[in-house]
Amino acid sequence: MTTAEATTTKTVLSDPGVLVPGPGYDVPGLDVRYRDAFNQTLRDELNHDPDVFIMGEDISGGFDRDTLEPLDAWGGPFAATKGLVQDFGPERIRDAPISEAGFVGAAVGAALTGLRPVVDLMYFDFVTVAYDQLLSNAAKSRYMFGGQTKVPMTLFARSGGGTGHAAQHSESFYSMLAHIPGLKVVVPSDPYTVRGLLAAAIRDDDPVFLVNDKKLINMTGFCPEESFTIPLGKGRYLRHGDDITLIGMSYTSVVCKQAADQLAEEGINAEVVDMLSLSPFDEDIIIESVMKTNRVVIVDEDTPRASMASEFAAVIADKAFDYLDAPVKRVTGPHTPVPYNKGLETAFMPQPEDVVGTVRTMLGV
Amino acid sequence: MRISREKLRWLYETMYRIRRFEETMLEQTFRGNAMGVTHPSDGQEAVPTGICAHLTEKDWIGSTHRGHGHCIAKGLDTKAMMAEIMGRYTGQCKGKGGSMHIADFSKGMLGANAIVGASVPLAVGAALTAKYRGNEDQSIGVSFFGDGATSQGVVHESMNLAAIWKLPVIFACENNQYAEATPAWYAVSTDDISARADSYGIPGVQVDGMDVFAVYEAAGQAVERARAGDGPTLLELKTYRYHGHFHADDPKKYRKPDEEEEYAERDCLQNFEKVVIQQQAMTADQLQEIRDEIEQEMQEAVEFALNSPMPPMEELYSDVYVEYSNPLVGLR
Repeated sequence: MTTAEATTTKTVLSDPGVLVPGPGYDVPGLDVRYRDAFNQTLRDELNHDPDVFIMGEDISGGFDRDTLEPLDAWGGPFAATKGLVQDFGPERIRDAPISEAGFVGAAVGAALTGLRPVVDLMYFDFVTVAYDQLLSNAAKSRYMFGGQTKVPMTLFARSGGGTGHAAQHSESFYSMLAHIPGLKVVVPSDPYTVRGLLAAAIRDDDPVFLVNDKKLINMTGFCPEESFTIPLGKGRYLRHGDDITLIGMSYTSVVCKQAADQLAEEGINAEVVDMLSLSPFDEDIIIESVMKTNRVVIVDEDTPRASMASEFAAVIADKAFDYLDAPVKRVTGPHTPVPYNKGLETAFMPQPEDVVGTVRTMLGV
Repeated sequence: MRISREKLRWLYETMYRIRRFEETMLEQTFRGNAMGVTHPSDGQEAVPTGICAHLTEKDWIGSTHRGHGHCIAKGLDTKAMMAEIMGRYTGQCKGKGGSMHIADFSKGMLGANAIVGASVPLAVGAALTAKYRGNEDQSIGVSFFGDGATSQGVVHESMNLAAIWKLPVIFACENNQYAEATPAWYAVSTDDISARADSYGIPGVQVDGMDVFAVYEAAGQAVERARAGDGPTLLELKTYRYHGHFHADDPKKYRKPDEEEEYAERDCLQNFEKVVIQQQAMTADQLQEIRDEIEQEMQEAVEFALNSPMPPMEELYSDVYVEYSNPLVGLR
């Protein structure tokens, strides 16, 4: 970690609400920025396995024309790969031209022949440029070749609105990836979970897409110093409560937590479930919480049609129908592209007030 | 150009094996024994044969929907191939891939691919692995694709990547002059696809893809260049498919008879036989012996496939992931 603060010890598993399977009790750690936890994890995994390499646009930030040395001008998009090219060299921190289908396809080929590529796709919206390689090659090779091979690759990109990046740089279409058999999707929500999920993704033998919401990247939170992994497919409780369940994913888990804090002031005790993984996803934690609270709001920044929110609602309808005291509600973006104007963009994204309002309506208060 | 007798025999045997495999496979398709569409490559045998003659099992090839010839030239077992086409458990992919997805990673075959152009970056990725490992085993990647794929963006992206990273890869464009029913003269902006190599700063060579000796010679130079670390080459191999785009397609609907006759006269097997007999490199008896052996092999392949079991129903759910914690059945 790059923060200068002294190491503190934090009880991760028994900390109120933070019940994710993790590194154990009383782990030493620091409050760090999300981006630094991400960068440190890349560094850990590059050290851990010589077959791991990173490929993407601008990740080593230009080259000196005379010496051919990489310049690391930006530290990679959102500083994700800052300082890595100096320590690991341009073969392992491989700058790619703006050629998403080409370099994602090359990463699949490298994974099929024994390497463990990690691909930086910059903005989540660029997924669609490489979608065929992701869907037809990365996700299907193992199945259509009868289990002869595996595709141990990791992809990551920045999603979400809130930064004025407008319609083509602000998508959150998780469901377009979670829909694909053969691909896994994880959505960390703080420095602690990005550390554990990124390490788990890189060590996983299947293709995994990790989505970083842009609103999380400069947030600070506790993170253990030592490397650890969080099992793919496990959600966690961010807060326990009896009155209603709020389900979040990526940044909407933060939104749910903020909404729960507001609701607590009004005497409403909400439970917050942070999904962390979208494929596979933790059906058990959803069902367990809904059986307890009998009411649920799913909060998703993606547009609503065929979204993860819809998928979770379907699972609840199928497996916890008898426990519901109210219809399942979804708070999502509208069925529109993400607008540029700050006021419109804010209205597009689920806000804590939207969640609070929905809860009040459901409880009739 | 000198070719050893052993290699000569291999060239003929491989081309004839591909020819007879395609004819036998088509016959089985029409009998209803294949479980889906098949895309025969007969007519084009000289291309995969002349190229793969230079490769070992450590080299990787990417292939297309018309991939049986590539598979055979890379050493895949014809029994398992026939079984795969018949959807049997004994196929290379346990009957789950079929004709358009035959793969054998133990032989360096990255899989036939049914998205036109989509396997090209895979061969580039295999070459990237070779370079990443310091070219320790001098392995290379070869990407087979058709004239149709040259209109796909990812093919151009792949060539640019391979050129800037100087990767050991060969782009083998099998120009059989038709993308499905659409002629290359209509769909491709140039009649010299190999000239596009100039725009990536790599060598491009146009080769008579009906002549296995010409293919063998051009591929030899490209392979040598790749193994020496000098980067990629684009080969354009002018060839012709004798059958339609897929088994039930009648190419007479979109090709002229004189064109078909012209290529029939340039047949790679007949041309080979004429040359080796003229030059007394092989005898007619030797050639006949090879043909008889292959005939036997094809009969055995069909029998093996027809007598092979279907995949068990559990196979529907296996091989999607290495590990996955959710059930794969839908909500029921």
